[in-house]
Amino acid sequence: MDIVNALALFANFVAVPATAYGAQLALGALGVTLIFGILRFANFSHGELMSFGAMATILVTWTLQDLGIGIAPFPTALLALPVGILASIAVSLATNRMVFRFYQRRRANPIVFAIVSVGVMFVMAGLIRIIIGPDDQSFADGERFLITAFEFQKATGLKEGIAIKQTQVITVVVALVVVAALFWFLRKTRAGKAMRAFSDEEDLALLSGVNPDRVVQIAWIITATLACIAGTLYGLDKTYKPFIFLQILLPIFAATIVGGIGQPVGAILGGFVIAYSEVMVTYAFKKVITYLSPTDWAPEGLVQLLSTDYKFAVSFIILVAVLLIRPTGIIRGKVI
Amino acid sequence: MSFLAARSMTGGYGGADILKDCTITVDKGEIAVVVGPNGAGKSTAIKAIFGMLNLREGSIEFDGRDITAMAPQDRVRQGMALVPQNRNVFPSMSVEENLEMGAFIRNDDFNETMELVFHLFPVLREKRAQPAGELSGGQRQQVAVGRALMTAPQLLILDEPTAGVSPIVMDELFDRIVEIARTGIAILMVEQNARQALEIADHGFVLVQGGNRFTDTGEALLANAEVRRSFLGG
Amino acid sequence: MNRTVALYVLMALLLVGVGFYQSWNVAFGIFNLCLISAIMALGVNMQWGYAGLFNVGIMGFTALGGLTAVLVSMPPVGAAWAAGGSDIALSALSIAGTVAAILVARRLVLPVLRLPVTLALIVIGYFVISAFFVPATERIEAVDPAQTGYLGGLGLPIVLSWPLGGLVAAGAAWFIGKVALGLRADYLAIATLGISEIIIAVIKYEEWLSRGVKNVTGLPRPVPYEVALVESEWFVGLADWLGAPDVADIASLFVKLCYAVLFLAVLAVVMWFAERALRSPWGRMMRAIRDNRDAAEAMGKDVTGRHLQVFILGCATCGIAGAMLTTLDGQLTPTSYIPLRFTFLVWVMVILGGSGNNWGAVLGGFVIWFLWVEAEPLGNWFMRTVTLPLAEDSSLAQHLVAGAAYTRYLLMGAILLLVMRFAPRGLIPER
Repeated sequence: MDIVNALALFANFVAVPATAYGAQLALGALGVTLIFGILRFANFSHGELMSFGAMATILVTWTLQDLGIGIAPFPTALLALPVGILASIAVSLATNRMVFRFYQRRRANPIVFAIVSVGVMFVMAGLIRIIIGPDDQSFADGERFLITAFEFQKATGLKEGIAIKQTQVITVVVALVVVAALFWFLRKTRAGKAMRAFSDEEDLALLSGVNPDRVVQIAWIITATLACIAGTLYGLDKTYKPFIFLQILLPIFAATIVGGIGQPVGAILGGFVIAYSEVMVTYAFKKVITYLSPTDWAPEGLVQLLSTDYKFAVSFIILVAVLLIRPTGIIRGKVI
Repeated sequence: MSFLAARSMTGGYGGADILKDCTITVDKGEIAVVVGPNGAGKSTAIKAIFGMLNLREGSIEFDGRDITAMAPQDRVRQGMALVPQNRNVFPSMSVEENLEMGAFIRNDDFNETMELVFHLFPVLREKRAQPAGELSGGQRQQVAVGRALMTAPQLLILDEPTAGVSPIVMDELFDRIVEIARTGIAILMVEQNARQALEIADHGFVLVQGGNRFTDTGEALLANAEVRRSFLGG
Repeated sequence: MNRTVALYVLMALLLVGVGFYQSWNVAFGIFNLCLISAIMALGVNMQWGYAGLFNVGIMGFTALGGLTAVLVSMPPVGAAWAAGGSDIALSALSIAGTVAAILVARRLVLPVLRLPVTLALIVIGYFVISAFFVPATERIEAVDPAQTGYLGGLGLPIVLSWPLGGLVAAGAAWFIGKVALGLRADYLAIATLGISEIIIAVIKYEEWLSRGVKNVTGLPRPVPYEVALVESEWFVGLADWLGAPDVADIASLFVKLCYAVLFLAVLAVVMWFAERALRSPWGRMMRAIRDNRDAAEAMGKDVTGRHLQVFILGCATCGIAGAMLTTLDGQLTPTSYIPLRFTFLVWVMVILGGSGNNWGAVLGGFVIWFLWVEAEPLGNWFMRTVTLPLAEDSSLAQHLVAGAAYTRYLLMGAILLLVMRFAPRGLIPER
């Protein structure tokens, strides 16, 4: 029984939140890795793109809420999401046309691209803070819990409960659907194959008649869609804070590199590796160990490896370890 | 008038001219081979024919049309296909997907062409689901030639197809190239292995310092004492 | 050269304009921060302009300088040292012991066992270290938490922290450079982004070291205090002689002038070194590596080694500037370190000024800091003008005016994008 309790405790505080967080990171890292694969640069504006998508979704959500339109018990944000995605796509296509295409045509150095993306990041950060303000925004409505800890305890008779937030389930389900759709697109469609070919060998793809402008546009459309979904889910799960999206860039980049740059499967793996490590390393295992120990022995400390203050240090440490041990990432990615 | 006639090509990558009044022609169903010492501009000549290099002077005619100013991608649509020397397959894509990418510009049914490629290179049928990057050097070369054939070209251009493969694989590859030429496709090939290449060539072009030094049938070049002494090692 | 002089004169005129139209106090306030920004820009210019390295962790190295300023200048807290000093020393010893054990073990054991043995030693070391460290920090943080709650510093003159801050930043740079240089270029960017966030986190949360978000205030100054000046006879006499209406005003200006002299001296020294280095064979080799890495490598140049040198030098310069900034502020506020302000803004300075040209970087530091400060009134004015047609109590108008401060982000982004596109060599191009 105690083992089951320990498992329930672990699931409640580690597995469930880390899975939701991992899904959000994976969606973010997929976008970064796609741009890495096609345009071959680290896109520093990706965090702000996520933020922008979430903001657009929030604005539509508020309007819908004012009008009394909802899809209870689901959060209204899901209804607003398509509009947010369209807004994100519009913004990234416009950025591509006005900013990035110029450098793509000149085949600019990846670092030049990265610096330019810093400029885009500044502009987007300014726009977002002017439009929605720098403060926290809450926009989640609908049923909060799918199952509360108390209900779980009553149903199973365990001492420990597992609470599952509705947003966590939505996050995972949406992420699964999106990832499945993305892989179907990349594996089965003509445009998807053209993208993979372009990412593999740009010149040979051009020789095969692939239109580079088209491939880049599709890459931005997918990236914007993923970014908007990731940003919105992150905001639903926690709250929407404009400044957090600069911090989340680090775990997302780490997930991209850990998984293997330019590798979609790697980005997903990387996202979950980072999320699980972050949550596990900062979780206090005291109670779990107490359940598992045969006698009444309990460890003295919290058995917490790292305080939660340092959670993004975890992604950095994993990143450094990967750079030292296997610079190509888990799934052999590009090394330029 | 030849099927492909690149006449008096002169130009380079900015800076000094690499090609100087270089002429290369190929007819349908024949194999033309460009040989010469290192740095003679062999690969540059091929790039120029494919439009990857701006010419200062000269003209390129293909199938009776002037294509001197045409972009490389459009030349593919006109019926030219290139097998580059390096980076000539999509390593993370399967053999079959590589061939499909070759047929990217085609809107008709390309299954027949794929059958032809599998007939030429049976090992590719076996490994159709395997990523091209995991194949051996010779097999990758086969994928590269197969990919180019998938565009259903009338002229196939190969840039040193046997670079870095074993002699047995090289012989095998030359046999296949002869077979492809028999289907009526014109073939233009740059080769480092001059003797073996000239043996299968209908025409040979010996380039030195960006210009034509000798131009004759393959047989005649092999018989030419000066060519043998200077370029075929005796 | 004429262009350079003209641009500098223009910049000076702008500052003088602020002096006349706003106030001289504001003008010198901006000028001092311009000087610090210029030093940061010089540091980044060494890395990007000389060597083409993309460092996005400038914030972290600046903050290390700031922390050094605290650790050098604040008086030691005796009670805190008594409460936990020895245990902190012991945990430092155990860190050293762990590292040594790992290094030795890696030599002795079979290659297969290296990773597991290393991991095991890390885990053991971790528990040994925390056995000393955790209780010690708790005791230290309990010592008069409202006033101290940290170990304090060495009580030395704060100016010493400027070179020391550079050294500390150089140490961090050595570590990160060892890991990330020599791999693909973007890795350095992402690794530096990471290390800077970690440095900020350490300063924010290790209260025993830096008081964390409780801030350290009242850092000793290298220049006189206004209060003391106003009370001193010679200064009042000087103010009289100048015919100044307000002594306090002149005192504050005098303090700013003193800082300006100190900062100018540092800038001059850094600039002299930077120019010497750029013109030396070392600098020429660095630029050769930047322009054609493969060729330099083929000629047998140690590219990674050179990059490590220039990376450390650049980061050290940022550390010096960071210590100076904290000195000027008189306090360390960890929450004020945000990457847009401390990392990416410096990048805009270097790109605008002219990558590879030290005079350009300094000018960029001046122009961008000036705009960053003056963008706020400008943004306010802009938003008020835009919202004029709207009713006074319109919520949209109020919202837009409230967001005016963030037009500076828009402005900086626009400058960066426009310069990269239309004048990628900057205001004063590399010679």
